[in-house]
Amino acid sequence: MGRRLSDLLYGHRRTQVGLLLSGPLGWLVVAYLGSLLVLFVAAFWQLDTFSGAIVKQPTIHNFETLLNSDVYRRIAFRTIGIAAAVTVTDALLAFPIAFFMAKVVTPRMRGLLVVAVLMPLWASYLVKVYAWRVILSQDGILNWALSPLGVKGPGYGVVATWLVFSYLWLPYMILPVYAGLERIPDSMLDASGDLGGRPWLTFRRVVLPLAFPAVVAGSIFTFALTLGDYITPSLVSSTQFIGNVVFANVGVANNLPLAAAFATVPVVVMIVYLLIARRLGAFEAL
Amino acid sequence: MRKRSVVVALVACTALWGAAGCGSSGNSGAKNSTAGFKVPNVPMQKSVGAGEGKVNLIAWAGYVEDGSTDPKVNWVTDFEKQTGCQVSTKVGNTSDEMVTLMRSGQYDGVSASGDATLRLIASGDVAPVNTKLVPNYRDVFAQLKNQSFNSVNGQMYGIPHGRGANLLMWRSDKVTKPLNSWDAVFSQASQYKGKVTAYDNPIYIADAALWLKAHKPDLGIKNVYELDDKQFTAAVDLLKAQRQNIGQYWSDFSKEQAAFTSGDTTVGTTWQVVANLLHADKVPVKTTLPTEGATGWSDTWMISSKAKHPNCMYKWMNWIISPKVNAQVAEWFGEAPSNAKSCQMTADKNHCRTYHANDAAYFNRVSFWTTPRKQCGDARGAVCKDYSEWVQAWTDIKG
Repeated sequence: MGRRLSDLLYGHRRTQVGLLLSGPLGWLVVAYLGSLLVLFVAAFWQLDTFSGAIVKQPTIHNFETLLNSDVYRRIAFRTIGIAAAVTVTDALLAFPIAFFMAKVVTPRMRGLLVVAVLMPLWASYLVKVYAWRVILSQDGILNWALSPLGVKGPGYGVVATWLVFSYLWLPYMILPVYAGLERIPDSMLDASGDLGGRPWLTFRRVVLPLAFPAVVAGSIFTFALTLGDYITPSLVSSTQFIGNVVFANVGVANNLPLAAAFATVPVVVMIVYLLIARRLGAFEAL
Repeated sequence: MRKRSVVVALVACTALWGAAGCGSSGNSGAKNSTAGFKVPNVPMQKSVGAGEGKVNLIAWAGYVEDGSTDPKVNWVTDFEKQTGCQVSTKVGNTSDEMVTLMRSGQYDGVSASGDATLRLIASGDVAPVNTKLVPNYRDVFAQLKNQSFNSVNGQMYGIPHGRGANLLMWRSDKVTKPLNSWDAVFSQASQYKGKVTAYDNPIYIADAALWLKAHKPDLGIKNVYELDDKQFTAAVDLLKAQRQNIGQYWSDFSKEQAAFTSGDTTVGTTWQVVANLLHADKVPVKTTLPTEGATGWSDTWMISSKAKHPNCMYKWMNWIISPKVNAQVAEWFGEAPSNAKSCQMTADKNHCRTYHANDAAYFNRVSFWTTPRKQCGDARGAVCKDYSEWVQAWTDIKG
C-alpha cells in the first residue's frame, strides 16, 4: 500500500506539494482567515440594548458609533502613537546592541549574548509586567533610586505603558536587526574605510541602508504586539488601548458587534503597515 | 420603543424555544409589566422532586466553596452528601459575564447581582421562583423580598443571598481627618491627586449620581439608576473631572488591596471585605458609609429557564440560605446575610452588627445596583439612559 502510494506520487511534484501543504494551509484558511472573516461579519451586527442579545441584521451602526465619537478616535490614535513610540525606542536601543553582537564580539561571546537577549522570553509575560508594577509603584524601587536626585518616577500612566512595552518587545527587535547586520560582509565596512569613509559616513551610507529592511522587519513585531495588547495598559495605567475597549465590550458590556467593529481597526492598520514594510524590503530581511 | 419590545419578545421566544410555547402571535405569551419591559411567560416549578444528581452553578468567587480554597471553608460537601447533587461551579467575574454564561443555557442557576437580574428576566433566561418550595425563604429579611431587582409584578425571580454597600475607604495614616462624605472623591478629590481610586465599571456612574443627588438638588435626581439626559451628562462630567485625580481604577478587589497596601491609593470606593483583608495585614484603613448614602449590591440566586437539574437547583437555593450556611458564606465573603436566623450562627458574634444585617435604616441609605433602562420608571417616560449608553459613557470617561 505504502509502496503503491509512493509510486503514485513519484514524478508528480504538484501532488506531492499539494498533499504536504493542504494541512497547514487548511489550518491557515479555516482557523485564521475564517475567524477574521467572522469578526468582520460580526462587526455589522447589533446589540439589543436591554436584554443584551445580538440581533443579526446587517447595519453599519457600529462603525458610525466609532467614527462619530471622539473617544474611540482618541483611543485608536493613542494606541497607534504608543506603538510607534515603542517601535522607535526599541529600534534605537536594539541597533547598538545588535551591532555589537554581530560585528564586535568574539563568536563565543556572541552566543552568550544571544542567550542573554532570549532569556527574558523564558519568563512569563505577566511576571514581567507585575515586576514593572512593583518597580513603578509609589514606594517602588524607581522612586527610591531617583529620590536622592530629587526626581520622581513617572508612576502609573501612559509613560509607564511606553516603558514597559519597550522593555517587553526589545528582544523581538534585537534579533532581526542582529541577523540583518550579520549578513553585511565585513569587507564592505573595510572597503568604505579604505575609500576614506569615516565611521559615521560608513554607518550612514553603508550599514544603515543595508540593515534598514531588518529594522523594519523587527518593527513589525514591536508595532503589532503593542497594537494588540491590553493587559499591560490595564496593569500599569488606567489608560485605554484598543484592546481594552474590545475587552470591555466583550466582557463587561457583552457588546460583541461593537468590539468586532473596533477590532477591525488594528487589522486595517496592520495591513497598511505590512504593505509599507513590504515596499521597504522587510520581508526579504526576515 | 414599540419596536424594541417586539425585539425583546422575539429574543425571549427564541431563547425559550422548546421550553415553553410562544404563542403564534409572538406576543400573546408575554404580559406587560410595570417594570417597563415585557416579561416572558416562563413556567414556574410546582414541586420539587428527587435530585437529578448534579447541579451546574455560576457564582461570584467565594459563594460556592467546597474546601479547595481553604479546607475549613466548605459548605458544598455536606450539600452533596445530603442531596446527592454533585455541584460544579463556574466563577463569573462580572455581572455581564454572568449574563453571557447564563444565556448559553448550560447552567442551572446563578448568583446574580441586581445589575444582571432584570436583563436575565427580560431575555427569558431565568424562570420565576416558587418560594413555597424554598422553606428557608420565610426567614429572609423582609427588606430583601419583592424588590425591584429581584421580582416583577410581585413575583419573585430568585432567592436573596446577601447584600453589602460600596463604602468609602481611606488610609488613616495619610488622611488624618476622618471622612464622612463622598466629597473626598469628587469635589475635593484634587487634594489626593493621583491617589484616588474608583470601581472600574459602568455602574459606577450611579455613585456620581448619588453625590449629585445630595449636592445638586436642582438636577432632581431621585433614583441614581434612572438618569435622564441632563442628569446623566452631569454625572459623566463629574466623573471626567474625577478622572484627573484617579491613580488607578480597580475592578478586581485584590488589585485594590495591593494599591492600598503600597500607598499608591489613599482614598476611594471599596467593599467591606477588602477593608477586612487590609486590617488583617495591619494596613491602617478606615471605612464609612458617607452621609450621602452609597450604592450597593444585593445578590439573588436565580434558576435558569433551561435548567437540566431544576430539583437540585431548588435544593441548592434552600441550602445556601439555610441559617448555618448563609452565615458561613456571609462571613467568608464579607457581606450581610439574607437569612435573619444566620446572625446567631456566625463565628464572629459581631458579624451582623459589622455588616448591618438587620439594620433597615442603614440599608435604606443604600441604592442597590440595578440595570439602567430606557424606561425611567416614573412620569418622565422612556427618556432615561439605558445600560449600553452607560457602557459607552464609561469608555468615554476613562478616555
